[in-house]
Amino acid sequence: MKTKVAIIGAGISGASIARVLSRYENLEVHLIEKAPDVGWGVSKANTALIHGGYDDDPEKYPTRAKLCIRGNRLWHQWVKELQIAHVWNGALIVATKDEDFDELERLLERGRRNGVPEMRIIGREELFRMEPHLTKEALGALWVPIVGQIAPIPAVIALVENAVANGVKTHLETEVRDIKVENGEVKGVETNNGFIEADVVINAAGLHADEIARMAGIDYFEIHPRKGEYFLFDDTVPGPNHVLFPTPTPISKGIVVTSEVSGHLMIGPNAQDLPPEEKENFATTEEGLEKVWKGAKKLWPQLPLKSKVIRTFAGLRPEPTGGDFIIRAEKDVEGFINVAGIRSPGLTSAPAIAYEVTEIIERDLGIKLVEKEKWNPYRREITHFFMLPPEKVNEMVKGNPAYGRIICRCNNVSEGDILEAIERMKFIGVKTPSLDSIKFRTKAMTGTCQGAFCRPKIVQLLAKEYDTESWKVTLKGRGSEIGIGDVKVLIRGDA
Amino acid sequence: MFPRIPMLNYDVVVIGGGPAGMAASIKAKELGLKVLLLDERDYLGGILPQCIHPGFGLHYFKEELTGPEFASRLAKRLVELGVECRTSARVLEIRNYSDLEKVVIFTSPSGAYQAWTRTVIYAAGARERHAFEVGIVGDRVSGIYTAGEAQTLMDIYGILPGKEVVIVGSGDVGLIMARRFALEGAKVKAVVELMPYPGGLARNVMILRDFNIPLYLGHKVVEVRGKGRVKRVKVVKVDENLREIPGSEFWIDADTLVISAGLVPSVKKLKKVGVEIDPATGGPIVNDRLETSVPGIFAAGNSLLINDLVDYVAEQGELAAEGAKEFINNGGIESRKWIKVEKGENVRLLAPHYLSGERDVYLYLRVAKPMENVELRIPEISKRVRLPVVKPAEMLRITLRSKEIRKTEKLTVEVVRI
Amino acid sequence: MIYRFTCIVCPLGCSIEVEVEDGKIKEVRGCTCPRGEEWAVQEVTNPKRIVMSVVPVEGDALPTVSVRTAESVPKERIPELMRFLAGLKLKAPIKVGDVVAEWEGVKIVATRGA
Repeated sequence: MKTKVAIIGAGISGASIARVLSRYENLEVHLIEKAPDVGWGVSKANTALIHGGYDDDPEKYPTRAKLCIRGNRLWHQWVKELQIAHVWNGALIVATKDEDFDELERLLERGRRNGVPEMRIIGREELFRMEPHLTKEALGALWVPIVGQIAPIPAVIALVENAVANGVKTHLETEVRDIKVENGEVKGVETNNGFIEADVVINAAGLHADEIARMAGIDYFEIHPRKGEYFLFDDTVPGPNHVLFPTPTPISKGIVVTSEVSGHLMIGPNAQDLPPEEKENFATTEEGLEKVWKGAKKLWPQLPLKSKVIRTFAGLRPEPTGGDFIIRAEKDVEGFINVAGIRSPGLTSAPAIAYEVTEIIERDLGIKLVEKEKWNPYRREITHFFMLPPEKVNEMVKGNPAYGRIICRCNNVSEGDILEAIERMKFIGVKTPSLDSIKFRTKAMTGTCQGAFCRPKIVQLLAKEYDTESWKVTLKGRGSEIGIGDVKVLIRGDA
Repeated sequence: MFPRIPMLNYDVVVIGGGPAGMAASIKAKELGLKVLLLDERDYLGGILPQCIHPGFGLHYFKEELTGPEFASRLAKRLVELGVECRTSARVLEIRNYSDLEKVVIFTSPSGAYQAWTRTVIYAAGARERHAFEVGIVGDRVSGIYTAGEAQTLMDIYGILPGKEVVIVGSGDVGLIMARRFALEGAKVKAVVELMPYPGGLARNVMILRDFNIPLYLGHKVVEVRGKGRVKRVKVVKVDENLREIPGSEFWIDADTLVISAGLVPSVKKLKKVGVEIDPATGGPIVNDRLETSVPGIFAAGNSLLINDLVDYVAEQGELAAEGAKEFINNGGIESRKWIKVEKGENVRLLAPHYLSGERDVYLYLRVAKPMENVELRIPEISKRVRLPVVKPAEMLRITLRSKEIRKTEKLTVEVVRI
Repeated sequence: MIYRFTCIVCPLGCSIEVEVEDGKIKEVRGCTCPRGEEWAVQEVTNPKRIVMSVVPVEGDALPTVSVRTAESVPKERIPELMRFLAGLKLKAPIKVGDVVAEWEGVKIVATRGA
């Protein structure tokens, strides 16, 4: 008899847990997600960093401090096994005033306590050799070579694909409405698509983790959103070689300047606390963006003209009561495990969180886990035309001419790439076709023209492969359809 | 050094199968050159097949045609001449192997190739500015399109993008899309124009009157709100310095926001191969053969500078082909002292930038501000042309005869009130 | 009643005023040529427009064919024409210039092939 496990939320935490639990013979794992695709909550918009681990005070935030460095190390293996786009380029926390060095020393000390290796404080000369375009006011920096950058949604997608390949069942567009608890034991979850039986419920619901916990009668914590806004620039604009942080103040980590994984200069985030009712407020604002611009200029004075901005976006962090990760089996509700408040360094800690949850299942729920004889740790990334040498293109075209036809011209994404992406979407159970699902798998629509040229063609491809009318293709799920009907719909009076 | 992919050989490779590229290919073939025309779409014509309104070809064909009709005339001629055209073919790289040879590496459904060629005519057109470039903030929702994208959805793929539309920009493209939406039964709530004057030609500004569309001059759209789809947009008034006037905001309910904020020449591949770009036009700096700063690479159409009339675009294509022919015949364009053309008062951009003085030439230019009762002057040659009205949205084309300019060292073009 | 237009006949764009009294044209001011005057009078008495649109088509790579009216059509009847076009269902092959339908004696011509 298998133990049924329901993971609520297919973000970086839920997906990592699903992957790790898919190893076990005696678990039947269900991954539940309310969005049409995976990774669309907190994981969708963030700074995409694999942090070092010097930032989390082990006294105030012991779980964060423990899991961050551990997660960092685990990612080295995971990005290779799962073929996730990443770069290990290190971070510089830059001092622009003499007093900043006191803070850098504190970070260095804290990093040592947390077990972060290879950190050291460097002077002006070495700093400018590493980052020639840094502000001339820079005096030195704390250099943390172990920091990396990752593509967060592709990471979630890779994890879920691997989990599904290893037997995990996904339930997309499925929203949890209630948790059934009988005699202090979890029995399952009520959703808009029916009841899913579960002996173990893992609450990895991101911004809504407190609401889910309350459904099980647990309400000692609250989650409120903290918004951060970002600018992304055209890939012709040069960015820094490493991740650049200002010296943190008591209020915030500061506005980061990086070249994100696909090579675009990115600046942000600011930090704006919002009330719990605004968990869906992902709107960018003039004030927020202004703060980001001003802040970034302090480190990177030669920000280009605003006309070189190709995108602005906002992310929300799920700030928990107390500030630390809440990862525990709840004594009052047998079988209910909270994985809540996974704000920064959540992305970094995710692999470690997954192993922590595994330990909790064995130790605290007393469920002995039996490893499968055959478990596949590997997952292959789809073909990317932009990574193929021309000779390889000719090989692939023999199998399918679609690989030679470019759809997204800004980023050289071929029709073959897109067809593979659609296959993968179907593989993990995506039912409502959306442009975002293609965007995060192929990088189409993320370049200079932001999709103006390729979107109509991608709409046609999705419509064909999902056997639906083209105007029903969505941007990001139901309610965001591309059009309202065929071109004569209003004249006929059908809309 | 070079990928091991099949090699092809040509005199001219034309990049872009819109009107500039098609006209260039036709002329090149007529001049006896071996031509390859490449376009990334499945069909030739570039943007023309979706420009279903008339206004094309009045000069070139002496007839007023719709965009697709203009394109089909050129396509017919290409077939007649037997020009090699490859569609769904995307150029990956242009390499400047030597002054006499270029290599164009491209991909297509039949594979990747390297086309070795003596000359390249770059006619890749332009792209549109998008919502982020004009600083619009707010929710990330569906229903936000550039005008060209909305046009493709509607007039190629037969999809109605929305039913309550706000259009940013009163240039020709925005106004034309206003008409398309209105004709198909949608309600165009407003056209919002940053400048204090409308951007398009009078015959298109008339569309506002035809369909009772409110025009907000001196305003801009700053924010979009919605859940899933656009729900409403925030409009704000601007002052003479184009700065937002606090307290002047108001909201318009809409489910669609169309951005018609102007075109930008597509020149990434030119920049990569070392071509000098003019920041004013956004396109390459060229001589009177439309040759760029890299010998043997020519440019025409919207990637040279943003045009209004397709007739001029086709004319530029032909001129580039003639330049390519001269280049091939003489092993390069002859060295000479080039006459530099400078921008004077009220001239925002012009091309070509360097003239030989040995041939008659068309000078294409745009003014910076709209003015009435002006004179276009070139003091060095005492040239004066009376113009009753000039507008930035209407490109001017001036003919300069060789005998007028032959003896000069430089020319300054200015547009001043009389 | 004074109607004001910007003339569209040529790039000069003269500002024209047409004064109408008792349903008859009293005076036309501001034109600098006879074509402009003719256009202005037409705009007031019987404004007409060429109409272009797209119509669904079956059997071709693209789902629509673009069409135009062969001559201009009275402005106030355009919604009627649009309703007529909405009822058309065309089939490939279609050549540029083919008359694909007729409305009130006005030919509807294909401007794109299918």
